[in-house]
Amino acid sequence: MCRSTKYQDKLRFLLLFSRQGKLRLQKWFVPTSDRERKKVIRDMIMLVLPRQPRTCNFLQWKDLKIVYKRYASLYFCAGLEEQDNELLALEVLHRYVELLDKYFGNVCELDIIFNFEKAYFILDEFLMGGEVLETSKFAVNVSMEQADTLQEVTQHFHHSFILHSLTLCLSVPLCVF
Amino acid sequence: MPAVSKGDGMRGLAVFISDIRNCKSKEAEVKRINKELANIRSKFKGDKALDGYSKKKYVCKLLFIFLLGHDIDFGHMEAVNLLSSNKYTEKQIGYLFISVLVNSNSDLIRLINNAIKNDLASRNPTFMNLALHCIANVGSREMAEAFASEIPRILVAGDTMDSVKQSAALCLLRLNRTSPDLVPMGEWTARVVHLLNDQHLGVVTAATSLITTLAQKSPDDFKTSVSLAVARLSRIVTSASIDLQDYTYYFVAAPWLSVKLLRLLQCYPPPEDTSLRSRLTECLETILNKAQEPPKSKKVQHSNAKNAVLFEAITLIIHHDSEPNLLVRACNQLGQFLQHRETNLRYLALESMCTLASSEFSHEAVKTHIETVINALKTERDVSVRQRAVDLLYAMCDRSNSKQIVAEMLSYLETADYSIREEIVLKVAILAEKYAVDYTWYVDTILNLIRIAGDYVSEEVWYRVIQIVINRDDVQGYAAKTVFEALQAPACHENLVKVGGYILGEFGNLIAGDPRSSPLVQFNLLHSKFHLCSVPTRALLLSAYIKFINLFPEVKGTIQDVLRSDSQLRNADVELQQRAVEYLRLSCIASTDILATVLEEMPPFPERESSILAKLKKKKGSSKLPDMDDSRKNVNGSSEHAEDAEVASKPPQFLLEELISTDRPHPSSSATMLPTRTMVPSHTFTDNLSVNSAPSSGASLLVDVFSDFSSAAPTEGSDEHFPRFVCKNNGVIYENQLLQIGLKSEYRQNLGRMYVFYGNKTSTKFLSFSTSVSTLQLNVQEKPVDPLIEAGAQVQQILNIECVSDFSDVPVLNIQFRYGGTLQNITVKLPVMLNKFFQPTEMTSQDFFQRWKQLGAPQQEVQKIFKAKNQMDTDVTKAKLLGFGVALLDGVDPNPTNFVGAGIIHTKTTQVGCLLRLEPNTQAQMYRLTLRTSKESVSQRLCELLPPTNAVPPATAAPLAELFTATLIWSWDAISLHRHMTSSKRGAIPALKHSGGRTVVGA
Repeated sequence: MCRSTKYQDKLRFLLLFSRQGKLRLQKWFVPTSDRERKKVIRDMIMLVLPRQPRTCNFLQWKDLKIVYKRYASLYFCAGLEEQDNELLALEVLHRYVELLDKYFGNVCELDIIFNFEKAYFILDEFLMGGEVLETSKFAVNVSMEQADTLQEVTQHFHHSFILHSLTLCLSVPLCVF
Repeated sequence: MPAVSKGDGMRGLAVFISDIRNCKSKEAEVKRINKELANIRSKFKGDKALDGYSKKKYVCKLLFIFLLGHDIDFGHMEAVNLLSSNKYTEKQIGYLFISVLVNSNSDLIRLINNAIKNDLASRNPTFMNLALHCIANVGSREMAEAFASEIPRILVAGDTMDSVKQSAALCLLRLNRTSPDLVPMGEWTARVVHLLNDQHLGVVTAATSLITTLAQKSPDDFKTSVSLAVARLSRIVTSASIDLQDYTYYFVAAPWLSVKLLRLLQCYPPPEDTSLRSRLTECLETILNKAQEPPKSKKVQHSNAKNAVLFEAITLIIHHDSEPNLLVRACNQLGQFLQHRETNLRYLALESMCTLASSEFSHEAVKTHIETVINALKTERDVSVRQRAVDLLYAMCDRSNSKQIVAEMLSYLETADYSIREEIVLKVAILAEKYAVDYTWYVDTILNLIRIAGDYVSEEVWYRVIQIVINRDDVQGYAAKTVFEALQAPACHENLVKVGGYILGEFGNLIAGDPRSSPLVQFNLLHSKFHLCSVPTRALLLSAYIKFINLFPEVKGTIQDVLRSDSQLRNADVELQQRAVEYLRLSCIASTDILATVLEEMPPFPERESSILAKLKKKKGSSKLPDMDDSRKNVNGSSEHAEDAEVASKPPQFLLEELISTDRPHPSSSATMLPTRTMVPSHTFTDNLSVNSAPSSGASLLVDVFSDFSSAAPTEGSDEHFPRFVCKNNGVIYENQLLQIGLKSEYRQNLGRMYVFYGNKTSTKFLSFSTSVSTLQLNVQEKPVDPLIEAGAQVQQILNIECVSDFSDVPVLNIQFRYGGTLQNITVKLPVMLNKFFQPTEMTSQDFFQRWKQLGAPQQEVQKIFKAKNQMDTDVTKAKLLGFGVALLDGVDPNPTNFVGAGIIHTKTTQVGCLLRLEPNTQAQMYRLTLRTSKESVSQRLCELLPPTNAVPPATAAPLAELFTATLIWSWDAISLHRHMTSSKRGAIPALKHSGGRTVVGA
């Protein structure tokens, strides 16, 4: 990865992985080679999973700041440029969880597994190039709903019955409001 | 297929995903995937009439397979086809596939670009957004070439929808990062700035990000954004009633926008316009005030968002570094956070304080938190917080608290996490060196480092301690004593053996007077570690042994026996075997004189920046290491990254080069260069011996690390270095930013030869370099010097000196050269003093006292009393007196703590015999020096030269004499008399009377 230059405040990557170390979503905001991606993913999982609860949410990793937070069974983990604002990055993660929650309704890990493309779409509505595109929950959802209504068959979105037959812990809502 | 298209349309995908999840093993998963891939492949190939839905479903499956970590080598075409679908979800999946599986296939890129072009032109905001997202996600150069001029148009067009404007702004930002040359600046830039006034906060947020990036590229084009940003910030921060609708996040008004605005302001210096400036100050104060208000919500999101803005405001305050008031408030706020119950806030407070510590306004305020930080180091449960505490301690360290901080870091090191030990070791080593007032503390600290965390002490660290000990003669005796004691430990780290071997090999003689550390004891101690050490260390020890043979002829036999043993002479390791053979041979055939020359003490190292610092900088981004002397960012925020990188990229090897600069036989090549060194066959202390010769190789890196970092003036002028040369002949006599002058000199009877080394420290050559020596009483003949000194190079000049008669004026070296067009004049006093022409003389105590008595005339004796400047160490004093030029006579003075010396000053016309006595009084920390010579002027002059630094002025010295008269039992006259009377009874003592400052024998 290239050396950070001053005042580029953005995320470099966003990873979602489970407590078992399964990657659920990866988003790279700067060009990253496959090898580098694999290394980052492995390092992040190794770095974040063993951390004790109630330790701080920030880590230094090479020249990046790592900000992570656990929501139910999923870890949300972002790599930031050196000068970025960690607390706000934490709230970026939270806002993303809220957006997922608003869209899926009590979002859980399974929603993200089975509707991974939706998770990517929501992320795209919220972030672009590692920068916050739209911070308003209202605006993001309007945009997503517009997208859904554009479908020829309007559907009431919820995960199908197959999902419920699976392991319970995966269906724990990520966010309790 | 209405049933299938329900539930987000892709039932087949959900079935496939749950199939994969039900796989019990990796093999089963691969099997299932291969089955699916075959299915998709046949679908894509076979049925031409694949409908959009199926295409979407299969592309989505491929994407899922790819995200599981499997390679996908087909389906790209189908994904591109989806781009031109007019159904949103199909287009969306197509774009997602393209974004995730970027392919550099140029045909495909052309097709993709075509589809993007169509969507951008569609005037359908959702399609336009998809296209812009794809450009931002891929961000390749081809895309930048195709769209970099189109996007600014979309961004500033009057009829563009807000959401598209947001995407366009960030898409442009993304392209500007990867291909800044392709993003054209133009009339659109002015209109972008005005987006800061937009009604839609989402647009303002995105535009602020873009402007921040562009402003770094061309600050002048975006200057007007400062006032707009301040105005916008002020409206968000100060007006409570403003309705921000959904942009209020957990009761915090537009935190993202606030932070981005504050970030934009960091691209510029504080506004010059006073009203603007006060408006900004008001904003910042309001943000600081809000931190004290009770929270509006108990949710962590509320406090996070609020504090995110607060930290960004503090960053801006630190960046401007111009409002002492705000800086102190910021520091106090962070101080509160240091003890906050939220771990995150403690972490961030420690981090921000690091930067605050480098501001002159807040450095002192930061220091007040030292106890809290030390406590954090001891009690924090989280290693990342402790690491921040270490960083902050490092940043806040200065002369006043260095001892405490270094001690705390050392004690933390005992329990520190392995992951950060090496870094702490480096930091401690740097601080110890930087703030060492007396170098005994430095030596102690480094030895402690090795003891506590030997494995983490890198070569740079132990090289450095050796460099410093060699360059500073005031610490050599202490260092020898300390390593000797440290080596007593039954299990000591190999690094300690290395340091110990090197130092005892060089300076073991300084402690050999003590029977507990006699030569044999020293040797046995070192040799007891020999067999436990690795090959490089053993090689180093062998070199130490040969140095011992020179230092201590009495252990020659023992050492030769060791060298001769089979385990050495027939060692399987070639290097060890060769050393053993060569050293043994050398010790057998060389005369004492040759041995002494060959194994002479190491010459001082050229002084330069510590390589440890470079290593630490390399280890972490330099921004994490606020260095008191160089990290002050300039106002524009363009800190010295380039320089840091340069330092950091220096090969770690260079220190090695200097350590071994005199290593390895240089048979004749360098004979003209450094006669005294050429005969050094090998005092090889490290391996990797390459062909480096004189220390000129690194002259461009010379930086005086010993200069006082906090003192404003660099160490210009030679006066500071000058006194050190009374007792030594080699070293750096002068140094400024441009030039370093090193000396190496030899004297024999009334003749001397001085090698002057001129090192060009700059990256520009010196022209018309010329020198002249002005002297009143000496004959000095200068050899010509090269008029050109290349950048980073070193040239040498030889001066031949003849002492005609005794003298007191020292010669002055005048140097003239052109540096970058200006003429530089430098004047340096050359350390050629009368004592340089000393020839040490050994004599028996009877001879001594006879002569002492003969020189009893009042004008022949000179006496002075002075305060000890350093610790009163016998070995150091001995070394100094030897360096002064006299022979030290043991067993002459009945008081073993006193020193007695004798020597002859050689001049062309006469020879003057000199006797010297130095009486230390450890209680009073005083010395009394008595000199008797046959010539009054010589006595006077020699007395002026000792001690080699500016001692207590004579006016205050006189009353101090009583200290000695009161405590002295024996005066020298008394001793001689006493002995001549052969009375050994203590009863003689009452016969002594005291008169004035001097003790004389009662008649």
